[in-house]
This record gives sequence, structure tokens and C-alpha cells, in this order.
Amino acid sequence: MKRRTVLSFTTATFVALSTQTALGQETHPETGETLAENQVFSYRLLDQFPTLDPALNEETVGFHAIRQLFEALVSQDADGNVIPGVAESWENTDYTTWTFTLREDARWSNGDPITTEDFLYSWRRAVDPATASPYAWYIELSSIENATEILAGEADPETLGVEAVDERTLRVNLTRPLPFFPTIATYATFMPVHRATVEEHGDDWTAPENIVSNGAYVLEEVALNERWSATKNPEYWDADSVIIEEVVGVIINDENQALTRWEADEFDHVEPLPNGAFPRLQEQYPDEATSVPRLCSYYYQINQRPDAHPALQDPDVRRALSLAVDRDVIVDQILQGGQLAAYNFIHAKTAGFTVPELDYATMTQAERDAEAVELIDAAGFGPDGEVLELELIYNTSESHRQIATIISQMWKQKLGVDITLTNYEWTTYLDLRKAGNFDLARSGWCADYNEGSTFTKILRTDHENNDGKYSNPEIDAILDTVLTSDDPNADYAEIERLLAADMGIIPIYHYANAFMLDSTIKGWPYNNAENNWYVKDFYRIAAE
Amino acid sequence: MTAYILRRLAVAIPTLLLLIVFSFVLMEAAPGSPFDTERGVPPQVLANLEAKYGLDRPMIERMGTYIWNVVTRFDFGPSFTYTNRTVNDLIEQGFPITLTYGFWSFVVAVLVGGTLGIAAAVYHNSWLDYLAVGVSIGAQVLPNFVMAPILVLIFTLWLGWLPGGGWRGGQVEYLILPVIALSTSYMASIARLTRSSMLEVLNAGFIRTARAKGLPMRRVIFRHALKPALLPVISYLGPAFVGMITGSVVIDIFFSTGGIGQFFVSAALARDYSVIMGITILVGALTIFFNLVVDVLYAWIDPKIRY
Repeated sequence: MKRRTVLSFTTATFVALSTQTALGQETHPETGETLAENQVFSYRLLDQFPTLDPALNEETVGFHAIRQLFEALVSQDADGNVIPGVAESWENTDYTTWTFTLREDARWSNGDPITTEDFLYSWRRAVDPATASPYAWYIELSSIENATEILAGEADPETLGVEAVDERTLRVNLTRPLPFFPTIATYATFMPVHRATVEEHGDDWTAPENIVSNGAYVLEEVALNERWSATKNPEYWDADSVIIEEVVGVIINDENQALTRWEADEFDHVEPLPNGAFPRLQEQYPDEATSVPRLCSYYYQINQRPDAHPALQDPDVRRALSLAVDRDVIVDQILQGGQLAAYNFIHAKTAGFTVPELDYATMTQAERDAEAVELIDAAGFGPDGEVLELELIYNTSESHRQIATIISQMWKQKLGVDITLTNYEWTTYLDLRKAGNFDLARSGWCADYNEGSTFTKILRTDHENNDGKYSNPEIDAILDTVLTSDDPNADYAEIERLLAADMGIIPIYHYANAFMLDSTIKGWPYNNAENNWYVKDFYRIAAE
Repeated sequence: MTAYILRRLAVAIPTLLLLIVFSFVLMEAAPGSPFDTERGVPPQVLANLEAKYGLDRPMIERMGTYIWNVVTRFDFGPSFTYTNRTVNDLIEQGFPITLTYGFWSFVVAVLVGGTLGIAAAVYHNSWLDYLAVGVSIGAQVLPNFVMAPILVLIFTLWLGWLPGGGWRGGQVEYLILPVIALSTSYMASIARLTRSSMLEVLNAGFIRTARAKGLPMRRVIFRHALKPALLPVISYLGPAFVGMITGSVVIDIFFSTGGIGQFFVSAALARDYSVIMGITILVGALTIFFNLVVDVLYAWIDPKIRY
């Protein structure tokens, strides 16, 4: 008996050892790099995601998790290009009718096949007012037939412009040509949900014990405000190419704390980094500190409503304010994380967009300052005239405070403008901004998809996020046709020129995403400007 | 005594009701709504969200329904932010965590603080006294939002002994740093309180008598001096205990424990009305309860006190 135990123990050890060696020698099928034994990818989340229901998601933290658990018709590669997901191919007629062919081997994590019916159900559910999705407008934005009417409660969700030609052919009818429809369809709102599971468990269907999903990973655990994890989904159609076995997200609110814990090797990836920390980290960890463009624009809105401060109705005053802002000081001395000084609105790295030459962008700061002083003098304000008093509001944050303080100093010193800085916590600030209770308001806008219109649409006179009510009929007219334009880049350039001539807003900088990534993790999509990463494409190499 | 306890409990009910009404009104008065987002929600969706959560009804009606549900079914309603969870779920998930690290912090604070205080008083003006006073002042001036990052820096980054955060079901290594960070300032207060009240008692006539009888020092301290010396400390311990077990935002944020302190703050910022209310009621009820416990303890320790 004793001997047998010893024997089986030895055998077990031998088996264990040999698999270990085998695993240790495993190499990446394409690059030939030796893979590490530990294939867990872990990262830091800023906050608990409120939901894992793709239809209800409205924020980045949740989307990072949802992208691992679900897969849409189309996905993105490391450069952000649209690649097949559940659909293996697609074609279009005049960019208005899109036909997707679903792959045969696409399955849910419980083994059910994924059919066109799943997409019909999921998209109708997302736009159905009864679902009350805060992101239902995203389906509307994609211009699918009847989405607007359904959202307004005027049409039945069944009337949404999608049809199942057969089990594997899905046809989408749009109300207008949209060349980048597939780009839009990579977002969570377009991901399928498993009907039987949703109907059986209601709101609780995304709980780890209930969830059925179709992505490369299945949910394992959600410990609120602590961590979440997911393990490889063997039913995923491309499971054989998935190398990372487990995804772990650790929730840490405090940026400094998150960085310390990354330095202590608790996880692989951390973002955002504390302001100003990037140069030090770059020096200390040259292989692990990276900054990539992030498709968001930081700008100040100027209140141009009829009842707003009269001085701000004058384009010369607005121009003077904008010229006096030394953007280089802000990006090089405060932010220090690879952000770009901005003189235009659309992020410089947006696909298919080239920043046009704007007059004030090419001046030196001294020239800008000189012109600003002239303009403000001519308007009757400035050192010798009346004192211009304005209120600048921003949402409470150390970074916004620093920027607001330094800009108000620039205005005070160069133009003699008196700025009152007021900060509000997020919800209150949103309320005030929407109500137009400000002279100047800190704002940020992030791309919903990688195309210029995602930015320019909010310059429309009646857009709900145009809180300053900046209005230029010429821009509105271009916006009406830009989506079907033969040369959208020329249109965007024209919009930027008009915007700069009016100085309808004050662009300040284009975002960058500075982050730390463990040097053994490979496959990170550094060139995906939307910063959408798919863990299924990662792998960990053995440390040398 | 029983009559006294019953009387106190009877007063607790209207107190809690007042707390609910005040919190409800204040919360409503704050600008913004749980459904505010930067991009704005289409009117039809907003109407549906409001209908789903009953926000389309007048405040008085909502408050009435809310109180009714809490009183009759102990139902705190659904969370506005975490779409698939109720407030009861959140409290069930977060409160045991908070209770665990809060309880251990309390034990550590009382044991270490009490010992330091007694030692300092007994060996008054000796090096031990100076050390104890030094330590407690040091601990007092280091608030936990300073302590927490320092602890993580030392024990996680430099020494690599302990994880810098997380909970993992309350395993010991995840518990140590939060407990140290939370207990130090309480420990310091307890040490100083114990020391000063012990010093006062040790100079009292009955202690001199006891010592004159030739009783050993240990017996004098533990048998005669400790009980009266603890009175002021106990009145501090009641609220301190509630403070610890109802969570510390700082601990939750710095150590990602998943306790209710974090829920409370994020709920306030997101206007998650039901979560704010649920946690307010929980903390309120616990505060009232432990104040009562303290008063009962008082009577037990000091027979002079009559109710």
C-alpha cells in the first residue's frame, strides 16, 4: 500500500514535471517567442463598472471588460482596422444596405449556435425604450431604419431595419449611406446577448453564475469595488489561437496607489498615470512606459447664448482669449504624458484626418500674445480699458484645476482679464453646463468611433452637447453632407477653418494615454487609436 | 434597566424616521440626477428610466413608499448605478467586509491603545511613558489617508511582504494593512484617554488606601483602578466602534477592499439615491444601537449611575 502511494506520487510528479517542461517550451505559433507558463493578464480599473450588459454599457471601464466577454459582428485588429468577428464577411450596396454573413462555428459559451436571430433580438432590445439603455442613441447614430422612431416610442422595436435573410445572413438597412457602419458596429451596443438567459434571469443575467456570452472569455467572478476575472471560453470559435488563459481586473480608485502596486508587480497594466509622473517612469522603465494618442479633445466652451456675457459674442474677444493660451506650457510642463497641443478640435490622430493649417497654429507664442493684446484693447477691455470679468467652471479634479489656474493666470497677466474659477463635482457641473450657467466651461469630448464626424457633430448649433450654443450655419450645412462626401477630409478641414475663424471654442490639447505595461506582455494594440484592446490577442513571453 | 432600554429603543424609531426624512430631502435638493451623463440621454429613454425607478412620482409619495418598503419588507430598493443589483445586495456584499476589518481594527486599537495608556500611566514620567505618548501622538497626526500609501510603499513595494490591496474573501494577508491603517488613529486616542484617566484614578484616595494595605501593584491596577479609569474610554469606544465597522472610505479606496464606505461615496457622487439612503439608515441604526450599548455598559461598570 505504502509502496503504491510512493509510486503513484512519483508518477504524478513525473507527469506534472513533464507537462511543465512541455509548457515551458511552448512557443508562439507565429513569432516563435518562448511563452511563459503564467498566462494570466491582469490590469487596473479606475472604478467598478456599473454593468456588463453590452446594451446598457455607456463607459470605457465597462467596455474594456465587455470586449473580452462578448464579440460583435466585427472586431478590431491591433491597428484598429475592422476585422471579422462573429461575421466572417460583409458587403454593402451604396453604403446603405449592409449584409453580414455569420461564421458557421460561432457559438455561445453554453454551446448554442449564434444565429442572425440573436442579433435581431439584441439590437431591438438595445434600442427598445423599455430596456431604457442610456446608450440607445448609439443605435440611432448608426442610422438603422426606424431606430429614431422606436427610441421615441413611436414605432415597435420589431420594425428596426434589420432582417434575418436566413440563419447566417443578416441584412441591415440604413436611412442614409454610412461608409463606416462596420466601425460603428464594433461597439458594445451592437454585441449580441443570449436571449434565453436574459429572459430567464432578467436584470441578473450578467451575474457570473448566469451569464452566457460569446467572446473569448467567460466571466468568472465580480467582487464589487475589488476585482473581476474571466477565464478562457473553450466554445469561442477561435479558442485555439487564444493564449492568455485568464483576465483579471483589479479596481483601484487612487492613481498613485495604483502606480505603486503596479511597481510592486501586482498587475501587468495600469492607466491613467498620475499627472507629471510619466517622465520619471519613462526613465526608470523605458520598456514599459508608453504613451499613445487617445481620441479625445480637451477644450473650453465659450458661452455664446443670447443671454450670455456680451463680450463673448465678439469673435475678437474669443480669439484674444484663445491666442493667449500657451498650450505648450500645458502639455510640456503640467501634463507631461505625450499629449498634443491643440489648435483645432478633431484629434490629430483620427483616421483619415489631416490637421489643416490654421493661421494661429503656425505663429509663435509671442506673436499670438501680441495679437491677443491688440484684439482685447480694440474690444475696449485689457490693461487700459474696462476689466473683463469671467467665470470659468470645471469639474473637480486636480488636473483640471491645474490647467484652469494656469490659463487664468495667462489671461490675467497678458490680457488683464479677471477669471473666477469655480469647481463642481461631476453631476452638478453637468447640470450647470447644460443649463448654460457659465462664461467658460472646461469640456472634453471622446470619439465614439474612429472618424472625424464623431467630433464635428457636436459643433452643430442644436447639438445637445454644444452647451455654449456656438452656431455657424456654414458648419451646419457641411455637417449635413459630410458623411456621404467624396472627400470628407476637405470638409473637416473647412469646418476647422471656420471654427478657428469664429473661435467658437478654445481647443487646448489632444489626449494621450500614458500607461505602464509589463514588458513580458506582447500583442498590445499600440496603434489602435481608440485604445480598444482585446486580451485574446495578447500573450506573455517567458522572462529572460 | 429593561424599562430604560425599551424607552431608549422607542426613541430610536422616530430618530431613524427623522434621519430618513432629512436625508431624503437633502438628497433631492442636490442638483443633478442619477441619469445625468455628459452625452445626455434621449427624452424617451430618460422617461423610461424615471418610470422604472419611480422618479416620475412626487417626492412625498416616493418617500412614503420608500419608508413603507423599508419598514415592512426591509427592502431598500434597486441601485440606480449598478443596474442589476439591489441595495440589499450591495450591503450584503460590502458590509461583512467592512465589519471584518472594522472589528479587527477595533480589537487592535483597544488592546494596543489600552496597554500603551495603562503602561504610560503606571510608569508615569519614565521612558516608557514618553515612548507611549510619542507613539500615540505620532499615530494621531498620521491620518489614514497618509498612513495607507506609506504602508503600501513599505510593505508592498519595498519589502514585498503583503499585497497592497484587495480582499480575496478576507484572507489574513489582505487584512493586515487595512487594519493597521484604520486602527492607528483610534489606538492613539484610546492610549491618550486611558493614560490621563488612569493617572487621575491612580492619584485618588481609594487607590492610595489599597496600596497602603500592601496589595501588589498588579492587583491594585486591575482590580481597583481599571474599572473607574475605563469610564471615559468607554464613552469614546461606542462611536469609535460604529465608525470602524461602518467603514472608512479611505480604507476602501486605498485598499480596494470592496467595503461599503466606497459605495457610500460613489453613490453620493452618482446620485444613486437608494444606495445613499440604504447606507445612511444602516449607519444611523448602528450608531443609535451602540450608543445604547455604551450607556448600558456604563451602568454596569459604575454602580453610581442610575437610570
